[in-house]
Amino acid sequence: MSATPSEWTYREAVREAIRAALRGDPRVFLMGEDVGRYGGCFAVSRGLLEEFGPERIRDTPLCESGFVGAGIGAALGGMRPIVEIMTVNFSLLALDQILNNAATLLHMSGGQFHVPLVVRMATGGGKQLAAQHSHSLEGWYAHIPGLKVLTPATVADAYGMLETALADPDPVLIFENQTLYNRVGPRECAPQPIFGAKIQRQGTDLSILTYGASLWKALAAAEVLAEERISVEVVDLRVLRPLDEEALTAAAAKTHRILIVDEGWRSGGISAEISARLMDRAFFDLDSPVARLCAAEVPLPYAKQLEEAALPGVDTIVAAVKGMVHHHG
Amino acid sequence: MNAGKNAGGPAAGVNRLDWLREMLRIRRFEEKCVELYSGGSIRGFLHLYIGEEAVAVGTVACLGPEDAIVGTYREHGYALARGVPSGVVMAEMFGKREGCARGRGGSMHLFDARTRLYGGNAIVAGGLPMAVGLALADQMQNRARVTCCVFGEGAMAEGDFHEAMNLAALWKVPLLFVCENNLYAMGTPVALELAGTDLAKQAGAYQMPAASVDGMDVDAVAVAVRAAVEAMRSGAGPFFIECRTYRFRAHSMFDAELYREKAEVALWKKRDPIPAFRERLQSEGLLTESSWGEMEAQVAEEIREAVKFAEAGTPEPVSELTRFVYSEPCP
Repeated sequence: MSATPSEWTYREAVREAIRAALRGDPRVFLMGEDVGRYGGCFAVSRGLLEEFGPERIRDTPLCESGFVGAGIGAALGGMRPIVEIMTVNFSLLALDQILNNAATLLHMSGGQFHVPLVVRMATGGGKQLAAQHSHSLEGWYAHIPGLKVLTPATVADAYGMLETALADPDPVLIFENQTLYNRVGPRECAPQPIFGAKIQRQGTDLSILTYGASLWKALAAAEVLAEERISVEVVDLRVLRPLDEEALTAAAAKTHRILIVDEGWRSGGISAEISARLMDRAFFDLDSPVARLCAAEVPLPYAKQLEEAALPGVDTIVAAVKGMVHHHG
Repeated sequence: MNAGKNAGGPAAGVNRLDWLREMLRIRRFEEKCVELYSGGSIRGFLHLYIGEEAVAVGTVACLGPEDAIVGTYREHGYALARGVPSGVVMAEMFGKREGCARGRGGSMHLFDARTRLYGGNAIVAGGLPMAVGLALADQMQNRARVTCCVFGEGAMAEGDFHEAMNLAALWKVPLLFVCENNLYAMGTPVALELAGTDLAKQAGAYQMPAASVDGMDVDAVAVAVRAAVEAMRSGAGPFFIECRTYRFRAHSMFDAELYREKAEVALWKKRDPIPAFRERLQSEGLLTESSWGEMEAQVAEEIREAVKFAEAGTPEPVSELTRFVYSEPCP
């Protein structure tokens, strides 16, 4: 994909959001493994070291727990750190800091200590990076009170959610699906809300609730299904915590059939949570059971055909929708 | 280490009687906690600082009001020495609204923004990376403040200790590592915890200056900490101090103390930091029997008042259970 002058990539949008934040607020700095000299393992921060120097584009040693903890402390000390973790799998090394400190300090201190920390990380499969670089654990993080969990899927959100996250007084995690970095979209530099789902395609027969890279698969599937006169609504959840319950129930009230598409695993995942909330709040609006299309319950494998088979795809979404609409038609 | 001009004695103008009073306050406060625990007013885990008072008092004495402390779950002594009112600390353990964390933290999680006490952290070594960040924030904002993180020798087996030491040394942040080596990680003796038991040597691996001091001697602790803090304020980077100390009581209230001999405890009790320091002040002519009696009486009165304050407090209402999970909009 190549960008026209009025467009840019998801990667560029994130980079320019970081650049704007660095220019606008001396408290903001970026730190993480290889964010400086290397330019970021997904090249998001390329060129920032030259403009802002090594204090503010801070390369860290390989110590996820150490530098995420340092980010928490810096936030407590009045800075506005953006911490980059290479991938969500590596974030598990910092899980103690994220859960036991970042998410907990405000409550445990009786409201005294805010942690205005932003942590960005790549998530998701699709690049044949196998089982230690490809998982989608954002749903896990959405389990934790005290955190906000963002999953920007669009180029506009890639730019705008970061700006809003930095203005938030509480810890915010941003999950950037690694297949999205080259996606091209309009060059917009507007802040975007960090609460609320967004309908990305209107439809009447069924609603797909999804987020991240699966949004684009769902939209492609909706296009295919439109040719068969199946009208599919596609809702981009955008934020996994807090969940936009009004948007979930509105979808059920409108199309009466819900398919959740999630690259995370099914068992105990965010799709289960969304489904349960629909049972609670929209049971009588539903014409069929809430369906889920998730990653296969395997560690993500390397081989292309295996990885593709493990993740929701356009064809499997199309098949799932047809099964629901025809069966219950 | 080079203790500078203060080697061998306290800095001019220091009132060491205050140090004795602070140690005594902590001792009596902790003894009262045991009583209240037995009576059921305090619940959860309770880790007492009895025996280790000289470390907190000697350390806090050398910090300024703008400096920060990141403590462990055995942190009552730091809260008291730092100036969090004893009634407020007690109220926290009673689960009252008047407590320093409004009853959400309890004994292990004392926090106080006014005195920059960042816990009360109960994940061993988990506070150390955070302390690096606090010091980094000061460095990046050109503030002459220091951060002091406290941990037991058990923390030195954790990865977070080594990550924090490396980051602090690499970035030369003003962070004082104070190791309270009380010889046991819960019930495991130091020789079964660490491959190298000369703890100050570990700092050498990070090119960090270090000292080992007698943690039962408040003067010795203060001399070492003062020198380190002065060096750090002039940009010398982080510093490691091992304080060799001992806890006289069980690890927590759920500890049958099967792992150590009574004779060992008795031997250490002979080195109790409070009588030792009291005798030193008396021999220096700074303290009389009657002024000691007065001090005892004042402290006893303070502890009585602290308990009264806690008892009279309001239980943090259940209707406010879900507050402070996210920040509240400014009114």
